Amino acid sequence: MTDTLIINFSIIMLLLPAFGFGILIVFGKKYPKLHWLEIGILSIGLILAIVVLITKLTTYLHDDIAFNFVWINFSNISLLDSFKIRLGVKIDNITAIMLFVVNLISFLVHVYSLEYMKGDPRFNRYYAFLGVFTFSMIGIVISDNLLMIYIFWELVGLSSYLLIGFWYEKKSASDAGKKAFLTNRIGDIGMLVGILILFTTYNTFSFDSIFHQISLGKLPFDSTAWLTVTGILIFLGAVGKSAQFPLHVWLPDAMEGPTPVSALIHSATMVAAGVYLSLRIFVMLTADAMLVVAIVGAVTSFLAATIALTQNDIKRVLAYSTVSQLGYMIMSVGIGAYAFAFFHLVTHAFFKSNLFLGSGSVIHSMHHEQDMRQMGGLRKKMPVTYAAFIVSSLAISGIPLTSGFLSKDGILAGSLAFGHLTGHWLMPTLGFLVALMTAFYMFRLIIMTFHGKPRNIEKYEHAHETPFVMTMPLVVLSLLSIFFWYTLNPVAPEDGWFLHDWVKTPAQVTPIETRFDFMVNKPAQETSVIAEGTHGTAEVSSITNSEEYEHALHWAHIPSLILSLTLGGLGILLAYLIYQWKYIDPDKMADKLRPLYLFSLNKWYIDEFYHATFIGGTIGLSKLLSLFDKYVVDGLVNGTAFFARLTANISEIFDRYIVDGMVNGTAFMSGLFGLSLRKLQTGKVQTYIVFVVFSILILLLLFKPF
Amino acid sequence: MEHISLQHFLVVSSILFSLGIYAVVTRKNAILVLMGIELILNAANINFVAFSRYGNFGLSGEITALFVIILAAAEAAIALAIVLNIYKTFSNVNVDEINKLKE
Repeated sequence: MTDTLIINFSIIMLLLPAFGFGILIVFGKKYPKLHWLEIGILSIGLILAIVVLITKLTTYLHDDIAFNFVWINFSNISLLDSFKIRLGVKIDNITAIMLFVVNLISFLVHVYSLEYMKGDPRFNRYYAFLGVFTFSMIGIVISDNLLMIYIFWELVGLSSYLLIGFWYEKKSASDAGKKAFLTNRIGDIGMLVGILILFTTYNTFSFDSIFHQISLGKLPFDSTAWLTVTGILIFLGAVGKSAQFPLHVWLPDAMEGPTPVSALIHSATMVAAGVYLSLRIFVMLTADAMLVVAIVGAVTSFLAATIALTQNDIKRVLAYSTVSQLGYMIMSVGIGAYAFAFFHLVTHAFFKSNLFLGSGSVIHSMHHEQDMRQMGGLRKKMPVTYAAFIVSSLAISGIPLTSGFLSKDGILAGSLAFGHLTGHWLMPTLGFLVALMTAFYMFRLIIMTFHGKPRNIEKYEHAHETPFVMTMPLVVLSLLSIFFWYTLNPVAPEDGWFLHDWVKTPAQVTPIETRFDFMVNKPAQETSVIAEGTHGTAEVSSITNSEEYEHALHWAHIPSLILSLTLGGLGILLAYLIYQWKYIDPDKMADKLRPLYLFSLNKWYIDEFYHATFIGGTIGLSKLLSLFDKYVVDGLVNGTAFFARLTANISEIFDRYIVDGMVNGTAFMSGLFGLSLRKLQTGKVQTYIVFVVFSILILLLLFKPF
Repeated sequence: MEHISLQHFLVVSSILFSLGIYAVVTRKNAILVLMGIELILNAANINFVAFSRYGNFGLSGEITALFVIILAAAEAAIALAIVLNIYKTFSNVNVDEINKLKE
């Protein structure tokens, strides 16, 4: 297996879904069975991804495989010296893992949708859209430059828009699609500006080249402040795509799309693209930028968790839990726990898509009922779904022996270490509170859905376990939520191969004075691996954290373990107390805490706030501009028209009376003259003769010729 | 009759010419108008011959007079034919009433 083969495999993996999309869009209406092509393509993709993953993690564990070519060559433009746009593919460890995650979940969702979307009139189109999504997501993952990432970024946004609004007959669905697209656009503008700042400074889009030049001390506009600003601007793209506060509002609404889509796009892969981008730019984030990232992540995870406590729609609870977990990952990037952010991204992708597919299974068997207050007692009817839910919920709550415990505990320990080292205690505080709330609302969901007595007997009677194609993905994903895929030691993920060998925190390239103290390498501890980049050598994959940080992490490990376990257990216990054993009546509690309850139920009134300020402001401004148009611009135009008409009228009067008067006067005068002369013309020959004779006589007298 | 000078001829021809004009202008009958024209032509003939006799022109005056007589004959023939046609058209030869030219 050579490295060119890996590159070829990844490019084939990229292009096949796009090919499938083209075929399905063109011929999908004619051949209703054509969606099997897309499933075939995804199976090939999955096999290729597994091959790439295994090869990368065995043969090329410490080497990145890169390939790039000149796409557009503007070298003759005199304004810019050697302006070339290169496209390229770069496969490092996290790329290989992401390729596997994306392809696996995409494949499972494709299979799952066979049953879930059965009988939909636009079945093939649905598969075409899934294809274009897979294409663009793989594109983001394998790019080695910001331009390609940006292109695929927008394509992902497009496919998300298409799939959220897939049932566009429903107004709420098409509105949600628009909302997602527009909200993402806000973040993307920041990202574009950031990319352009980098491009104008470094004359390249390539990550390696940019990072190399930063490490050599070249900064945008020669200032570290601008480096911070650029990092935050690119991070804005991640804020939009990963639904971070304040742009998180689109994700819960995106649940209007088909549930498998929610599982694939709005929980596991697309929203992870933002985290992935943050990881890619991690090495160029300054301490200030990282602090911003960490605060955004922490606030988002807290806010979303509080909202998830009171929601009654099963998909909305999961949506807010997704936002909350994405906040965790972003926070983790911000506090420098790079590896844990990626680890959580992977584990979360598995258990969250499992949860969504499970909820899809419930919704499917309940005939598209999403309100948890109509459910209950489904445990006996749907044992497989229930089991999958239990495993995933334990994982997301951070209970040992699950994958979620490993990654989440790592993030919490990281935040504790971060708080200890820098004095920012906000992140660990919010992080642990969120851990408590997560466990609570996940078990609230399980108890309301699966335990107790059925609340809606009629629907309960019809409920049934879903067929094999829908339960198979649940089983696969449940298995992937168990710890032994990542490490053999279920309490210490650092020793496992995932974090020990595969994913390592790269060294920062920013100037030393802009880093957190704990991220500055003492030369003796630096174990850098020089990676051969395309544009020279760049120190990308070396261990970044100082001994101090490792100590802090070690110190934080046990307390955070105990604390998170206590809190997770407490959350589950509370959920059982309130919803299972009913020691505490949730309605009475809601009444007692009414303002808080309403605040959470109404999602902190953020939608209302945006409606009143940004949307209302935009509409108001448009109205104002419309008035300006109506009265000032139209007034000007009308005034000009009026003036033109006035002058035309004056000109007409002048024409009529003066010019015409002159013409008519001439005619009248000549007529008059002719009339008088006419009298001379008698028509009698004799008169003429008299005239002639007298004329001759007069002429003779006048000229006197003799 | 001892000495008849050029002036005498010229006086006679002037009288004849004036009579001719008078006839042309005053007569209503087209025939009489033609006769007036004859008088005018003959007044001119007298002048030709008189100037030829008293001036040093050789015989050219008499020859011109002869041409004029031939011309007058031709003119009379054509004019009478016209008058006949006018009569056929308008049933009279009154010059006053024939003013079609006016229209």
